[in-house]
Amino acid sequence: MRISIGYIVNLRTLKMPVEDYQAVIGLEIHAQLQTKSKAFCPDATEYGMMPNTQVSPISLGHPGTLPKHNKSAVEYAVMMGLALDCDIREHNQYARKNYFYADLPKGYQITQDKTPICTNGAVDIITDGVKKRISLTRIHMEEDSGKSMHDQDIYDTLVDYNRAGTPLIEIVTEPEIRSGDEAYQFITEVRKLVRYLGICDGNMEEGSLRCDANISIMKKGTEVFGTKVEVKNMNSMSNVKRAIQFEIKRQADLLDQGETFISETRGFNPLDGSTFSMRAKEMANDYRYFPEPDLPPLIISDDWKNEIQSKMPMLPKAVSKKLREEMKLPEYDVEVISEDKQIAEYFLRIAEHTNNYKAAANWVMGSIKSYLNENAIPIERFEISPKAIAELILLIDDGKLSNSSAAQNVFPALAKNPNKDVLSLAQELNVIQTSDTDFIGGLIEAAFNKFPDKVEAYKNGKTNLLGLFVGEVMRGSQGKADPKVVNEEIRKRLD
Amino acid sequence: MLYQSFDQIKSDLTASKISVEKLVNHYLSQIELKNSELNAFLEVYADEAKQQAKAIDHKIQNGEPTGSLAGLVIGLKDNLCYQGHHVSASSKILEGFESQFTATAVQRLLNEDAIVIGRLNCDEFAMGASNENSAYGNVKNAANIQYVPGGSSGGSAVAVQSDMCFAALGSDTGGSIRQPAAFCGQVGAKPTYGKISRWGLLSYASSFDQIGAITHTVTDNAMLTELMAGYDENDATSSQQEVSPYLPLQNMDRKLKIAYIGDCLNHEGMDAEIKEKTLELISDLKTKGHTLTEIDFPYLDQMVPCYYVLTTAEASSNLARYSGLTFGYRSSNSTDLESTFTLSRTEGFGPEVKRRIMLGTFVLSSNHYDAYYTKAQKVRQIIKQKTDDILKEFDFILLPTTSTPAFKIGEKSANPIAMYLADLFTVQAPLAGNPAISIPLSTHSIDNMPFGIQLIAARHDEKGMFEMAKYLEDIIQ
Repeated sequence: MRISIGYIVNLRTLKMPVEDYQAVIGLEIHAQLQTKSKAFCPDATEYGMMPNTQVSPISLGHPGTLPKHNKSAVEYAVMMGLALDCDIREHNQYARKNYFYADLPKGYQITQDKTPICTNGAVDIITDGVKKRISLTRIHMEEDSGKSMHDQDIYDTLVDYNRAGTPLIEIVTEPEIRSGDEAYQFITEVRKLVRYLGICDGNMEEGSLRCDANISIMKKGTEVFGTKVEVKNMNSMSNVKRAIQFEIKRQADLLDQGETFISETRGFNPLDGSTFSMRAKEMANDYRYFPEPDLPPLIISDDWKNEIQSKMPMLPKAVSKKLREEMKLPEYDVEVISEDKQIAEYFLRIAEHTNNYKAAANWVMGSIKSYLNENAIPIERFEISPKAIAELILLIDDGKLSNSSAAQNVFPALAKNPNKDVLSLAQELNVIQTSDTDFIGGLIEAAFNKFPDKVEAYKNGKTNLLGLFVGEVMRGSQGKADPKVVNEEIRKRLD
Repeated sequence: MLYQSFDQIKSDLTASKISVEKLVNHYLSQIELKNSELNAFLEVYADEAKQQAKAIDHKIQNGEPTGSLAGLVIGLKDNLCYQGHHVSASSKILEGFESQFTATAVQRLLNEDAIVIGRLNCDEFAMGASNENSAYGNVKNAANIQYVPGGSSGGSAVAVQSDMCFAALGSDTGGSIRQPAAFCGQVGAKPTYGKISRWGLLSYASSFDQIGAITHTVTDNAMLTELMAGYDENDATSSQQEVSPYLPLQNMDRKLKIAYIGDCLNHEGMDAEIKEKTLELISDLKTKGHTLTEIDFPYLDQMVPCYYVLTTAEASSNLARYSGLTFGYRSSNSTDLESTFTLSRTEGFGPEVKRRIMLGTFVLSSNHYDAYYTKAQKVRQIIKQKTDDILKEFDFILLPTTSTPAFKIGEKSANPIAMYLADLFTVQAPLAGNPAISIPLSTHSIDNMPFGIQLIAARHDEKGMFEMAKYLEDIIQ
């Protein structure tokens, strides 16, 4: 801290920079499970349907209705727990969380309180090249509420109950996150994982993945925790990052000015990246949790757990490991390819047909990704088969096709005719290279005859003239000669 | 009384001495005659019942197969769902609400050609012991209209008592079938928790509520219970245990070991005549060679408080759905979300329901949770364990259904605690989850009001319980 003596004290110079504080952040992530039916009744769960069409007496909380277990939702929660090395609870009891709100038809939410299905576990993140392990407190199962829509009608709030009862898991971290960047990486990892597992589409904009952040700051070197503020309603990963960064700065500024602030729930304004007060924590509901008497305890036996484990797909960690260790791909390629489950699957299917893994990775990261971007389609809708890509690689490796004609001619043509045989398509396009030495030899002779002085110069040591001859032969072959063979044949004649 | 037992109805139908239509008309005429005074039926499905009767008669005439309950006319307590019919739990808050589905228990009886003749008054949301807590007026005991019929299934008991229907369904949370059955001189049974699906029963306290029947005889009660019992995928708490047939009830030809609770008979509130009649029955059974043992059960004073802490806790949550939002009563004075909740509930619920919601909210609040809810859960566990211990040693527990006969209308309504003590002998079975039945024992010298004797059996031993009850029924008669 610098204090100017002899001058009027400038408050700005007194201000402690944000770097002097340590942020303490815990996240609560809600993931909507992609089960066919709701958590405790058979209603469908499809997103984007007409309001109040996916409801029933049960999800509307009609008198006389009762909840029942959804096996898939439980299995999805167990999958997530197993993927994150959590302890899976054998004896699960649901609980009721009681509060009144328009979008909560029963006046309580069925959730888990004292017996979450998963405890412990961790998520590994890499931020700016630094590895860090974020511990999880718990993962529990619960049902979603309906959706209050405040912007559909001038006077009234309208409620859509389609979402009411959709199964959720809530992932709660220990307060081990220290920055907006780490939070961003954490959510990235979680999203990647739920997509790999196929249990949630991970779409933050549509709200199928939601994140609340508990943020406090403390002076570095001290152990006194600051006042905790919860920020809600951040509907993208970058907004989570922005909100956290804003909130750290806001809290630091307040502390620097010697002000205190209250524990409260704040919203996020994506337009200017600021957070705003929603309600004080002192006003918080007493949710009166108690065991849900309408659902008997749910027992997850070892047999069931093992059965779920056996159904789990390959996880990002395992994919990365395979790419890195078995296929010897560079770290950059490993990251790009394992990032997305479908991309990784496509890559692995190419790799079933070729051993040139690096070439396969280049195709995926290059031509294929560009094509997907240009056409704005996901890889699931990409029509060229992984086998065809492997055939392209083989033609290149065999010298029958140049990299450039493969990428510039054959690939686009294949995209238009994905069912066509790769070789015959290349032949039609007249881009198959030849390694026929008689044919190439004739062209070489022609080139030598054209530039006898250059042949002389080469023999006198100007070996950089080799490119001239190669270029001449390639031109003469209309690009169909294999440059490698051309090179060799010219050398054979001149050296 | 036209018919006392369903066997008589069946044989008269077979002999064409009567038709289902005539039966329905009989009950309709009884309703016409008596209901304006007794107030048991809230709604009568006259045309529908007649049509169904004709259809069943038609089947009988053509020699087509009919369900096993052809000719059985029942009333439903107003907390059981029947598709396309109103259900209100005798509360203003469900005014005009129509159910979109039928309770499993009701459906299983309908499948056997039972006819539902109407819905029956009860204490609001089954909360009460006198049927004075209905938004639609109190029900009167047909034995003497100055007296309460008991509650909460008071309408069900009176409808059967006064021959306005042959049998009725009720629900029992802390005695709501057995106590009114005793006050009205009928047979009322509460099966094992989970025996009959609660799907379609408006919840009061989910871990206690059970549907059951009120009938003239033990045999008919066993028949209806058996048909309603058995696993239902719509109720996760319903028991998967197979239901073996209860009928025909076997004769009790073995020597039984029966426990009776001294703490009940010697309780300060115990009516002397009921005690005397109970002791007479006990010595009668002894002379028949059975072993009757007085046992200690020093939890009587804990049971009612424990019961009220747990049931009101569950009720405070179960009744949160009645908010004026998507169904039921909504206050016309509400202006926003908050006032919709508060005004609809303030205007829609009666005082006893509000009292129990407040109590339940209190015991679940974070500052009091451990002192009340957690403690009461522990007490419940002890009562369950002790009851199990007794029933390991004895075949049945025998005790009076109530400590007094029916009281006069208005007598206890100003004193909720006195009213709650009316459940003193009936809460043990639902606290422990055991089946229990009340059968008429005698009538009191004061105004001839009936009272009953109660049997508690081991969980899932409905068959044994009904056989023993039948045995007692024969002795008492």
